[in-house]
Amino acid sequence: MNFDWSYALETLPGLLWGLVVTLQATVLGMLLALSLGLVLAVLRHAGGRWIGGAARHFIEFVRSTPLLIQLYFLFYVMPGLGVTLSPLVTGVLALGVHYAAYCAEVYRAGINAVPRGQWEAAASLGYPAGARWRRIILPQAIPPVIPALGNYLIAMFKDTPLLSAITVMEVLQVAKIAGAESFRYLEPLTLVGVMFLVLSLTASRLVRRLEARYGRQARPA
Amino acid sequence: MTSALEFTGVAKRYADLKVLEGFDLSVPRGEKLAIIGPSGSGKSTVLRIAMALEGIQRGQVRLLGETLWDGAGRPPEKTLRRLRLHAGMVFQHFNLFPHMSALENVCCAPVDVLGVPRAQAEAQGRALLEQVGLADKANSAPEQLSGGQKQRVAIARALAMEPAVMLFDEVTSALDPEMVGEVLSVLRDLAERSEMTMLLVTHEMQFAAEIADRIVFMDGGRVVEQGPPEQLLGRPGEARTRAFLSSVLQPGRDAAAAD
Repeated sequence: MNFDWSYALETLPGLLWGLVVTLQATVLGMLLALSLGLVLAVLRHAGGRWIGGAARHFIEFVRSTPLLIQLYFLFYVMPGLGVTLSPLVTGVLALGVHYAAYCAEVYRAGINAVPRGQWEAAASLGYPAGARWRRIILPQAIPPVIPALGNYLIAMFKDTPLLSAITVMEVLQVAKIAGAESFRYLEPLTLVGVMFLVLSLTASRLVRRLEARYGRQARPA
Repeated sequence: MTSALEFTGVAKRYADLKVLEGFDLSVPRGEKLAIIGPSGSGKSTVLRIAMALEGIQRGQVRLLGETLWDGAGRPPEKTLRRLRLHAGMVFQHFNLFPHMSALENVCCAPVDVLGVPRAQAEAQGRALLEQVGLADKANSAPEQLSGGQKQRVAIARALAMEPAVMLFDEVTSALDPEMVGEVLSVLRDLAERSEMTMLLVTHEMQFAAEIADRIVFMDGGRVVEQGPPEQLLGRPGEARTRAFLSSVLQPGRDAAAAD
């Protein structure tokens, strides 16, 4: 089988449009994962027996079921319950919630690493719970875990092709359609692979730089 | 006039470990009180309870006449927070906020908690840093400061909230010997000039004698003996007090009991 360069060039524009959708899903999913993950981590820590327990079970549940099943569930079952969302929104929701569970665990490690004395100092100065989190605890808990968060976000990016299973026209879906039309899969799939490779490597390099900036910070006692 | 702090029959334990048992202590407003005793005698716990960082199992604790702890019950978070504003604490390990400069450490709570305008809080913060001899370190990060400087920032931070009662928990114990003096001189100055009620848990006997109105000797979770410094240190009535003092003042003889 020969690699047909002119055919590859022909599919490229369509694939780049697909890549735009992939990146949209990644960025939106990432925003959801980072913010929902933080909410889950704080609730888990401060929510007491009921709310904290609920957050913990939710995280466990989401982490213990495959993303593909969560995608199918949202896409095929939710409309039956009266909630109909576009494929892309459904995909972003599934990616975001799935990775929020992982991010929550990363935040939790950061929160647990803040020394008890910091909580006590904040309490002794009269800080109410909300301001204690915002001003004292999270500014210390988050920077050290930024590299770990970055790694999960790269993993999420590489999971976006799953969205093709619910008809989102992301890059893999475009490649599959191009292949089905011409009976040539080698070129579009190779291009998709290269795109993921280039973007993942770039992102990894970015995370390594974040690591140099935040990860190795010595924590004062 | 009501007491600044009043412990009545307080019992406190961690799991199976009894820390305080039948503990009584009354501290009049404005008094400078030093608490001494062997480690594990419950001294620091007294301060932590007064700061509302920890509850108790039995008895009562009143802060400025208001009930803080009553038996094992826990007051609502709102009450705890309001009462905490009456007290301030300086910790053995400083607990400065590492992500803030020295000045921010001092003025963050007035801004975040009391709603003082930032400019005003910063002016007050600079004045307090000057009072503890650190006017030139306002913009330094805690990690750039020596132990003694950190502890002085921590004192300024607590003072910024203008508490009626200040609690000092072994504030020189984590310092290198050459830095103890600078922190003690700040405390000495404070004790002389301020109307605040001060409770100091300390191992510095000389210093306690110098600034305290009264010294309390604790052992086994209760007050064993108390009195003016010259009496308690000079003519202790209890055998346990004498044993402790001789071990501290002549460390060679029984160093283990002193620490």
